[in-house]
Formats: sequence, C-alpha cells, structure tokens
Amino acid sequence: MSLDLVDLCVAPRGGAPLFPPLSTGVEPGIVTTVMGPSGIGKSTLLDAIGGHLVHAFECSGRVILDGRDVTGLPAESRQIGVLFQDALLFPHLSVGDNLAFGLSRDIHGRETRRRAVEDALRQAGLEGFHDRDPATLSGGQKARAALFRTLLADPKALLLDEPFSRLDPALRDDMRRFVFERVRERKVPALLVTHDPGDAEAAGGPVLTLTG
Amino acid sequence: MTRDGRLLRGGVLAAVLLGVLAPILLGLWETGRAAFGVVPAIGATEASLEPWRILGDLPGLGTSLRLTLVTGFGATILSLLVAIGAAAAFHARPRRASRVLTPFLAAPHAALAIGLAFLISPSGWIARLVSPWATGWDLPPDIATVHDPWGAALILGLMIKEVPFLLLVILAALGQIPVRRQLAAARALGYGRGLVWIKVILPQVYPLIRLPIFAVLAFSLSVVDMAILLGPSTPPTLAVAITRWTFDPDTRMLMPAAAAAGLLAALTAAGIGLWILSERALSRLGRWWLRRGARGLSAEPGLFIATASLYGLLVLGALSLVALALWSVTWRWSFPHARPESWSLATWSRHGAASAETGWTTLAIAVLATGAALALAIAWLEGEDRARRTRARWAELLVYVPLIVPQIAFLYGLNVAALRVGAPGELLAVAWAHMLFVFPYVMIALSDPWRRLDRRLVSTAAALGAGPTRRLLAVKLPMLLRPLMTAAAIGFAVSVAQYLPTLFIGAGRVATLTTEAVTLSSGADRRIAGLYGLLQALLPYLVYAMALAVPLWLYRDRRDLRGGGPA
Repeated sequence: MSLDLVDLCVAPRGGAPLFPPLSTGVEPGIVTTVMGPSGIGKSTLLDAIGGHLVHAFECSGRVILDGRDVTGLPAESRQIGVLFQDALLFPHLSVGDNLAFGLSRDIHGRETRRRAVEDALRQAGLEGFHDRDPATLSGGQKARAALFRTLLADPKALLLDEPFSRLDPALRDDMRRFVFERVRERKVPALLVTHDPGDAEAAGGPVLTLTG
Repeated sequence: MTRDGRLLRGGVLAAVLLGVLAPILLGLWETGRAAFGVVPAIGATEASLEPWRILGDLPGLGTSLRLTLVTGFGATILSLLVAIGAAAAFHARPRRASRVLTPFLAAPHAALAIGLAFLISPSGWIARLVSPWATGWDLPPDIATVHDPWGAALILGLMIKEVPFLLLVILAALGQIPVRRQLAAARALGYGRGLVWIKVILPQVYPLIRLPIFAVLAFSLSVVDMAILLGPSTPPTLAVAITRWTFDPDTRMLMPAAAAAGLLAALTAAGIGLWILSERALSRLGRWWLRRGARGLSAEPGLFIATASLYGLLVLGALSLVALALWSVTWRWSFPHARPESWSLATWSRHGAASAETGWTTLAIAVLATGAALALAIAWLEGEDRARRTRARWAELLVYVPLIVPQIAFLYGLNVAALRVGAPGELLAVAWAHMLFVFPYVMIALSDPWRRLDRRLVSTAAALGAGPTRRLLAVKLPMLLRPLMTAAAIGFAVSVAQYLPTLFIGAGRVATLTTEAVTLSSGADRRIAGLYGLLQALLPYLVYAMALAVPLWLYRDRRDLRGGGPA
C-alpha cells in the first residue's frame, strides 16, 4: 500500500492555486507531515485527496493509491480514512454502532461483525462501552473511538487533519503514540496536517512545508 | 459532481417548476385572460374591456380599495415596528422567545379571528368582564369594535399573527450578527440601547428579513378569512369582494372578479415597489441621521411601547383561544355575565361526529400536503449537498414566489383552469393547492438547520465508505430529526390554516375545519363556531406537541441531540 500525489494542486474555482503543485509519495506505515501557515489550504489539500472538495474549489493533478488512480472517484469509493480535530462521532448512534458504521462490508454475519466491533472497543480501551451515548465519553475516549471507527473501514491510506490539537497536552502525547503505532502496525500510508512541530517530530516521517 | 446528483437536482428543479411555479403562472394567466373577458368555461371567448367597465361601476369599489391599502400596509408597518422594537428586548433570549411565540405561529388565522371577535365585540368577553359595574351597560353597546369601517379590528387580528412571525424571523437573523459585542461597543460610545438598535443593529438585520416582510405585505393585502371575520362587510376589502363575486350565483360576475384579482396583483406589485423605494429613501435619511452622531436615550420609550404592544397582542391572542374553548362548553351565557351561567357538553355531543369527519378531511389534506412538501424540500437540499454547492440567489427567490404573489390572484385562475380539466372538488387537488404554500415554509424552516449540520460529519461517513444514499438515510436525516419534525409541524399548521385554496380548488365540495369555522361564524350560535375554531387550533397544537415529543423520546439517551443541537 502506498499513497502517491502527482502534481496535486487546489485552486478556488477560476482563481490562483493555493500552493505550488505538490508531488510526493507516502510509503506504508510512514506518516508524512504537511506543515504551513494557517490559511494556506492544508485542510483543503486533504479534502482534495479524500474526495471531499466543495464545488467552490477545483483540483488538478492525480491521487494514486496502490498504483490505482482514484482522482475521479467519489469519497466513498476511495478507501481513504480521515480523522479531524474533533472526533465527530455520530451523535445519534451508540459508541458500538459508530464503530459498526465504519466496519468494512467485507465482514459478514451479525455475530462476526459484533465480535469485530467488541474487539476494536477492547483495543481502544473502551470495553463495555458498546451501548454508551458518545456524548458521555471523555475527549480521549472519543478520539480513540473515532480512530477505531476509521480503522475498521480498512482504509488504504489515512488523512490526519490536526487530530491532536484539541486534546490536553498530557493526553496529546499518549494519543500521538497510539495513532502512530496503529499506522505502523497496519502498514497504511498516512498524511498528517498540523502547525504543531511536536506532532511532526512524533510522527518521525518526512516533513513537507507548503508555501504560497 | 456525480451523475446521481445531477439527476436528483434536475428532478427537483422539474418538480418545483411544474408542481409549484407552473400552477401559479397558469393561474395568473387564466386570471389575466378572464380579466379581459375570456372564460371559455362559461362560453366567453371574445376579449374585451367589459370586465373592467363592470368592475368600475360596482358600488363600493373605491372604499374596498382604500380598506385593502389601509389594512394591508397598516398591519405590515405596525407589525414590523412592534417586532423590531420587541426584538431589542428578546434578542438575548431567543430560545425563550421562540417557546412563547410558536403557539401563535401555529394558531390558524381563522381560529384566532373568531376568538378575537368573541373577545372584543360589543357583546364580547372584555365588555362582559367590565359590565355593568364599570360601564353601566346592561345591553351590548352600539359601537362597532368588530367589522369596524376603518378595519382596525382586522389590523389587530393580523398583527397577532404577524408580529410573532416577524419577531422570530428577526431573532433568527440576529443569530448571524455579533449583537452583544456591537451593542457594548456602541453603548461605550454613549449611544442608548434604543439608538444602537436603530442605528447599528437594524441596518444589518433588515436585508436578511426583506423577503419575509414582502410575504407579510402580500398576505395582508390579500387575506380573506380574517377579513371576513374581522373586517368591515359593506363594502369589504377587495380580496373579500373578489371572493364574493367569484361565488356569486350570477356567473357574469366572474369577469369583474377576475379584473379585480388582477388589480389586486398589480396593487401588491406596486406596494412592494413602493416599499423598496421607501427603503432607499429611509436608508439615506438614516445615514444623514447617523452622521450627526446624536446620542442619548431618546429611543427608549419606543422600545418600551413595542415590548408592551407585543405582550398586549400575545395576551389578546391567548384569551381569544380561551374564549373559543369557553364558548364550546357553554350552555347559557347572557350579556353582562363575566362567565357562562351554565356549562354543557351538548355542543360537543351534538356536533362532535360532523366535526370529526371534517377534522379527518383537514388532517388528510394537511398530511398529504406536508408529506409532499417535506419530500421535495429534502430532495432539494440533498441535491445541493450532492452538487456541493450553496443556493443561488434566484433559487432563494423561487422559494418565496408562492408567498409573494397574492393567493387570490392565481387561485382564481387556477380554479378556472381546474374547471376546464374537471379536477375541482378532489381532495388531492386541494392538497396540491395547499402544498404550494406549505412548501416555502417547510423549505425556509429546514434550510438553516440543514446547512448548520457539520459537513465534516458527512465527510467522515463518506470516508468510511458510505455512499450518498446511506449518508442521507443513516447520518443526515436521523441527526436532523428535530428540525425535520419542526418543519413538518410548521407545514401542517400552514395547511390547516389555509382557507382560500380549499374554497377555490375544492369548489365548495371539500370542507375543512377552516372553511366550516368561517362559514359557521356568520351564524348566530357562538357555541358551534367556538367548537370548530377550537378544533382548528387544536389540530396543529397536537402535531407541534408530537414534533417536540418524538425526538425527545427517541433520543432520550443521546445527549447531543436532545437539546441545544440544531433546532
């Protein structure tokens, strides 16, 4: 599994590009960090890679996942997971159902699926939380639930949009380690967007800096 | 943009153009033709100016015109002034305000008007409460407090409905402005609260509430049910006169009625034009005033008067509904007694069955109209999502078209057109006509919460592999349950309140609680009118209660959706 960006460029429709064309390759299990001043379009870059761009923006260049060009595909067909600043658990579903929402369709059977969800809950340190209202979780618990919801979908790449910036400093270190371990363990390429140099350092991969 | 999105958007546009806009245009066209003497249904095919000549010769036309202008503009301007002033008192507590105001929004016009007449007429509850000890009246006094020749009672009735509506619209618009900080900044410069409101806040809010104001103006100029119940009757307002002529046994009156409907449409267009010109003039004057920098507390009494007026209107409205309930269980209540002398459920048992049947018809029409409007609104908003676009200005205007074109101007023509294809009198046709007015309100109620939904939640669902249909059904709609239910309740209340569409498209064969209540109110028995008015008001209240209760119950274990979420 690898994620390759070829001359990727995002511009407001009919406007000047936000940054010069970007080409890079992210190897499996590696976290590449993208840094740059706020407003440069780091999140917009992730939107373009994940297929979430709004109509007001257009994107040129190509996104290649595992040698397959996914540029023309809708977000749901790209198999690229996203984690945002907020956990964004679906408020109408229980914690377990949030994970089940993410769980890949390739896993069949009610029992098997339930077991996969319980297993993920255990790994997230959320054993016994299946029926809980996500609103009652702590910040760290929400973040871990969101991570495992994403991992259960079996993504071929991960986009991390400042996922640690809202966490307490103490929790932040734990969560960074936790996320980056999962990335290495599952051998998915990951792209991290942040302004925190600490994030880049902990990620331990190459660092790209966007300039206008 | 996916092909699916394009298909959906195309379908929605076609449905809105054919289902909402086309009937209105067709109606206007038919009204226009009839105004120049062409009504094939009654064998008139020669175009002529005859309808206008007949109209000009009709007695009381001038008075009707004057009444329409005075009540229409009067109610709109007064409502706007009260709403703007009261908003200054309520802007910090929008939730509380909406709890207090929503019951008045939900109450049908006819029910309120019947109740208000029970309250303020010479033999009404207020007169009874103060007689004979304060007034010396042993018989109802001979003064026209309802159906007064100036239309004051009509203006009052309209204000009870329009002030809460405008106030809620203003409060929603204020949510987009950092009111508290601007208020603090301007007060630090020595401007009193009232002056800040007029000089700083109002100019920012006004552009956001223009379309609702035009809707209120168009409605006030062409209202029929309230004008029958509260307005003068000989001659009545133009809209009531048109209704009378249309249903005159003498079909020759159809043509001058059409001419008058055309006149009313032109009057409304001119009224909105005049309003826009006044906006310009006022904004110039305002800027001149602003630059002079006058400070102080000179506007404070205005705020006080507006807030007091609001409370006065709300009390009158609430008492009106109580009066309906009271009369429906009265056996004997003769003049100066402050309350019924003997109570009875006789009215309920005698008219219960008939009113229940009418109630079912009302319910069926409202459910059909609301269901269709809701489906169309969801499809429209989902189409915008799939195209990942925001709404164009023309589309925003399109939503308001049914509210800004006076009802009677196109319903008249639609009635004529329906006569030709043989559709009148059908329940479905009536439900469709209701949908024309339900759709804009559902759309307006749903648009903001829909757009406030965190787009990243939807992106997350997509990244997890959920396609557009699953995102809609499993993520967006469940999260929007509360606003969806609220929009449905608003739509339902709008449908229950419709009088003219039922009358014109139902051709007298479809009776709802509203048409029955209006008809019965002209009779002598207040008890029956009270019963129908009360039922008419209860129906939307039940639906509102359900709209509140269902999400609370379903999401009793989901804190983020129970309260404080998108509403």
